[in-house]
Amino acid sequence: MSTIQSVAAQDEQHPDVALVERVRGGDVAAYDTLVRKYERQIFRIAQHITQNREDAEDVMQDAFLKAYEKLDQFQGNSKFYTWLVRIAVNESLMRLRKRRTGKLVSMDEDVPTDEGSVPRDFADWAPNPEQNYNQSELAEILKKTIQGLPPGFRVVFVLRDVDGLSTEETAETLGLSIPAVKSRLLRARLQLRERLSRYFKRKTPAASPATAAPRGNGVEA
Amino acid sequence: MTCTEFLKILDDVIDQSIAAETRIEIETHLRKCGHCEVVLNTTRKTIEIYQCHEIYELPTEVSERLHTVIMAKCKKA
Repeated sequence: MSTIQSVAAQDEQHPDVALVERVRGGDVAAYDTLVRKYERQIFRIAQHITQNREDAEDVMQDAFLKAYEKLDQFQGNSKFYTWLVRIAVNESLMRLRKRRTGKLVSMDEDVPTDEGSVPRDFADWAPNPEQNYNQSELAEILKKTIQGLPPGFRVVFVLRDVDGLSTEETAETLGLSIPAVKSRLLRARLQLRERLSRYFKRKTPAASPATAAPRGNGVEA
Repeated sequence: MTCTEFLKILDDVIDQSIAAETRIEIETHLRKCGHCEVVLNTTRKTIEIYQCHEIYELPTEVSERLHTVIMAKCKKA
């Protein structure tokens, strides 16, 4: 039985491991495959941390180059992607530090706040509420809402809920404890829910037809 | 189960990492508490919306530039 399990475990080896081995063997095209696979996620994470398009582009490039240079240091005891994200998070924080003229920036700097962590808005949402807005309005709402979170909450939410990393992987990537990740994730989810409720809640019967249909009304300040 | 107790395990409920016996307590609480039911459903919807809508699209020209630079530097290294 244990033999079957170990064979199965070998068969389940992550496809990135083979790509990393090929890169180590001098196959540059294999690295291009890895870059194409993860460029969108790395760009998204860099954008969420730096909040600046130009910085995010630089971070993405620097992170992939640094990962290539340091590939020999990749142990393989974590996924290549989580290792890469860790590099991208550090590059993003360095970029922020430069913008803040040397002020220390880390994922630990946010003092956890109770603000927005206790639900206050209990109005139910309209069915498929996002359909009441066009694509650009919705993107603006989602961007504005998540930008209002402290950076440490924002990154945990993105890694855990958008990228689908496990709690353990998120903790390892950000250098946080598992309880810290759990606490930030709960607060991030609740704060986002509370803020989105302004846009998505079901209109009361007393509302006029004009206010009941938000399409085209733009995004509230 | 109280609302405060429910809120403490909200993430576990969403991530479906709840023991069977606790699940029954939760279902009983949700049948009685409309507020907690709304919080659960709308928090789930919040996550779903962020998963389904990319707010920072990587432009094609940025992607192409990235590949050109990286491939050039990797070949030199």
